[in-house]
Amino acid sequence: MSVVEKAPPAPAPAVVHRGPVTDEHGRRIRVWELVLRYVLLLFVLALTVGPFLWQLSTSLKGPTEDIFSSPPSFLPAHPTLHNYARVSDTIPVWDYALNSLKVATANVVTNCVGSALAGYALARLRYRGRRVATLVFILAMLVPAESIIIAQFTTMRELGLNNSLVGVVLPGSVGAMNVLLMRNAFLNLPFEIEEAAFVDGANVWQRFARIALPSVKGTLAVVAIFAFMFSWDDFLWPLIVLSDPSKFTLTIGLNYLHGTFANDERLVAAGTVIAVAPLMVLFACLQRYFFRGVGEGAVKG
Amino acid sequence: MATSTVSRVRRQLPTSPWLFAVPGLVVTGVFILYPFVSTVVNAFTDRRTLIPGEFVGLANFRELLHDDMFWIGLRNSALYVLGVVPALVLLPLLLALLVQKNIPGIAFFRSAFYTPVVASIVVVGLIWVWLLDERGLVNSLLETIGVGRVGFLSDQWLLLLSAMAVTVWKGLGYYMIIYLAALAHVPRELHEAAAVDGAGAVRRFLTVTVPALRSTMVLVAALSSVAAFKVFSEVYLIAGPTGGPAGEDTTLVMLVQRTGTGLTGRVGYASAISLVVFVVTVALMLLVLRADRREES
Repeated sequence: MSVVEKAPPAPAPAVVHRGPVTDEHGRRIRVWELVLRYVLLLFVLALTVGPFLWQLSTSLKGPTEDIFSSPPSFLPAHPTLHNYARVSDTIPVWDYALNSLKVATANVVTNCVGSALAGYALARLRYRGRRVATLVFILAMLVPAESIIIAQFTTMRELGLNNSLVGVVLPGSVGAMNVLLMRNAFLNLPFEIEEAAFVDGANVWQRFARIALPSVKGTLAVVAIFAFMFSWDDFLWPLIVLSDPSKFTLTIGLNYLHGTFANDERLVAAGTVIAVAPLMVLFACLQRYFFRGVGEGAVKG
Repeated sequence: MATSTVSRVRRQLPTSPWLFAVPGLVVTGVFILYPFVSTVVNAFTDRRTLIPGEFVGLANFRELLHDDMFWIGLRNSALYVLGVVPALVLLPLLLALLVQKNIPGIAFFRSAFYTPVVASIVVVGLIWVWLLDERGLVNSLLETIGVGRVGFLSDQWLLLLSAMAVTVWKGLGYYMIIYLAALAHVPRELHEAAAVDGAGAVRRFLTVTVPALRSTMVLVAALSSVAAFKVFSEVYLIAGPTGGPAGEDTTLVMLVQRTGTGLTGRVGYASAISLVVFVVTVALMLLVLRADRREES
């Protein structure tokens, strides 16, 4: 499903030779069309990435620099990390980052383990009630989280887990969509290999861990990345379940920072940069899986 | 020989299959299905966060009919669908066409256009609050070109419009990737045939690309309309937790959050609103899919 993987390879040599630029079918692209395309691409680039850079630039401007000037000054005159130091003086931003990291890591582990096991059970194992189990996950996927969030909150209170990081993790700890993604991945594996292992005396666990699981690493990576991104970015649920400021995740902490120091744009800008930087690095390194996840998720969703 | 092995594999019924599925089933049961049932039940009670509550029949729903805030929320969530969905069906498609050709550097542009999707909605919301500020970048640019400053964050309707713009901005890259995957399957011969017949780029877009991508467009419409109706974060961050000074920008999910949480939360009433969210969401999905089928026949 990956767009990047599926797209036909670009004719790189033609580019290197500074010859006419051609499309994927080897046809020449007219010069004016090429220019028009790049102009549009740069325009959209300014619209999509520009706001992030403006935020970065604001966060690097010192207290004496005018951030409201018109026409605007895009680059800080004297770049300084002063605002980042101020953020950590104002709110315990590194504790919040650590909380977010804990929640996201836990979410990755539970989703990978839980959905791989359940997906394997749905795809490969024969037992009574398998159809019902599949239906349970399909129904769960169709229920919008926002429509049950109050009941999730009261459930957490009943379990005594509200206002804890465990409570933040639990509802999304084994996503129904991830289970179904893993199920599909296992279904796409040829049955014969596992059959051979069975003949050789491998039990269920060995077949799962040694043969099936290593063959679906790509889908598992997609599950891991989306679990990380989802919980790092999540806002509504932690906002509802966490009330103690010392337990805040980064998104809730940022919301608090904005609510209390809305007029200090440099401070809020520095806070948002801290929150978004880790994901940008992750995205830059693992783009392939991000795109692949969109394709698989959309087909399922 | 082979078939007998298969049937032996299939016939075995140890306890382990259930052990495999148990973690997933328990989480789904306790944190999705039980809360769903509990939402339905609570909607007919006067339960509060700290008070168990009693069965009150349709009282919550009768109250909804006379609750101005509920109608404001319903109106805003519905407006959100109307405002956001056409933009999210069309703009990402145009963007996908723009990044489809493998010209030098295109991989960079594709990734760059996707960055708003990766960022947290809180980060995105706060970035735009600053951009649209009375003294922010957008207004200083508008002033520089002589348009003058616009109070994006002070007018009730401009606030809602700004939040919609943020939703569209954040969603562009996501739907672009969905369209890109679909575009790869549009047969090139169709385009060539149309070109031979003398159709220009716009005409080919309307007569070849759009019909070929119709099911993808329906999918995008379904996904984006469901997401738009459930909007919370964008409006919460841009119009503030109260949804504008007098709450006139409140959306339904914001109302659910405001009514049902905290120690004094009216769980029963919030559950009734939640049920409305659920029913409308499912209805939207069915509506879009039905429209698809009707067009097909």
